Amino acid sequence: MMYAKPLIFTACLIPLAALLYQAVTGNLGADAGKALVLQTGEWSFRFLLLSLAVTPLRQLTKKSVILRYRRMLGLYTWFYASLHLMAVLTYLLGWSWAIFVEEFSERPYMALGIIAWTLMVPLVLTSNQWAQRKLGRRWKTLHQLVYATGVLACAHFIWLVRSDYGEALIYSSILLILLSLRLIKKYRSVVARRPTRAL
Amino acid sequence: MLIKKPSDVLSSDITPEKVYLKRRQFMAGSLLSAGVMAAPFSVGAEQQILPALRYKKVTEDSSTGYYTNEMLAPYDDIKQYNNFYEFGMNKDDPARYSEAMSIDPWSITIEGAVEKPGTFALEDILSKIDLEERIYRLRCVEAWSMVIPWVGFPLADLIKQFQPLSNAKYVQFVTLNRPSEMRGLRSRTSIIDWPYVEGLRIDEAMNPLTFLATGLYGRQLPKQNGAPIRLVVPWKYGFKSIKSIVKIRFLEKQPATSWNTLQSSEYGFYANVNPEVEHPRWSQKSERRLPSTFFSPNRMLTEPFNGYGEQVASLYSGMDLRKFY
Repeated sequence: MMYAKPLIFTACLIPLAALLYQAVTGNLGADAGKALVLQTGEWSFRFLLLSLAVTPLRQLTKKSVILRYRRMLGLYTWFYASLHLMAVLTYLLGWSWAIFVEEFSERPYMALGIIAWTLMVPLVLTSNQWAQRKLGRRWKTLHQLVYATGVLACAHFIWLVRSDYGEALIYSSILLILLSLRLIKKYRSVVARRPTRAL
Repeated sequence: MLIKKPSDVLSSDITPEKVYLKRRQFMAGSLLSAGVMAAPFSVGAEQQILPALRYKKVTEDSSTGYYTNEMLAPYDDIKQYNNFYEFGMNKDDPARYSEAMSIDPWSITIEGAVEKPGTFALEDILSKIDLEERIYRLRCVEAWSMVIPWVGFPLADLIKQFQPLSNAKYVQFVTLNRPSEMRGLRSRTSIIDWPYVEGLRIDEAMNPLTFLATGLYGRQLPKQNGAPIRLVVPWKYGFKSIKSIVKIRFLEKQPATSWNTLQSSEYGFYANVNPEVEHPRWSQKSERRLPSTFFSPNRMLTEPFNGYGEQVASLYSGMDLRKFY
């Protein structure tokens, strides 16, 4: 298992490598910029779902070793989200501040996406062990912000649908399952902890 | 289909060698990435070379609007980057899945306020018509654009054949609706009410710029581009330029159009290219002229009426184009 971590680390870079290869060789189709925007966004969402799948998977398999990859998957979520944001700024907004302000204020999905990205920043900054120790119990509470990111990213995605909800439906169903697993667990633990009064 | 001998079209006019070679490279690239990408861009079955058409080349004079000297989009990009939701939502779906559509025989039904209604074989309609070339800008409502060399004829030539009555104020067009051959029509998550319908006011339809295309780059229209016959209205957003037409109706009242029915706040009946009227979800001020690449996004400002104001602005004099978008 000692190679598992570098192996997964490298595997997570494959989508980027493939995208860059296609972009540089002109194999992303006629609208390469738009393709980069869409693909980086989708990969970010996939990594977000993978990160959120870690805890349920650990509970299901009772193997805590999976937990060791959660931070990496979380960081990759932000990494691909940042690439997505850069691609939007470069190919759709042309790095124009005026257009950025207009888009941010007038297009709710754009605002949702940027808020989702911003909410991840404190999580990235406190993803190291030092911050984890320093924050103690509050670390967990802080990192529950990722649920908000998930919901915002999902709304961002659905908002952009023009006439077919198929793909958005698949992604949001997975998110819904992953989030409800947590709610169910929370509910159960509350029920279990409720003091039972002897009659 | 009308297929004449390609006496006046050289094959070298059609697909530049560079573009042809790029296709090979394109396929190799998509094979390499097929393992990791969810939806790799790739061509479907190897496209056969479509028959060449006989047509009159366009006069290189941009004052008519029939011609522009802007750089043409490569043939392969025009064939690989399509919105034709009857075959799927992704830009490469039409290239991949439209082969299933049979286009021969093809007939067009003419209905409504017209002297000669009926169903006519396309080849009979085309036998009375001379084909010509037009080089038009096509501006999609999604904020991308291409310059495309079409082959076809003015819609007015067809309309005159059937002699509309004086109460024919509008023209409606209907796309083929054949779920067995069009996989997008079988999608359970699509919210479009098929078949796809579009419409024009009669004076818009009779404008000499309004064109019916049966070809592209000197060859028969590829299926993904709306074979065997499609509308091209260069001063309106691309969704007005309906593909694979099977029915034309002459009406007194403004007809329903698909995108307008689906989301009228975003897509109007007129849908004239207008940088001043925003689509609620994105800006229409600029566009990406395709091909746009990793290194050069090729963004440019969008022109009112897609640059055809001189030819068509008078059609709308006195109309508030913010209201009638």
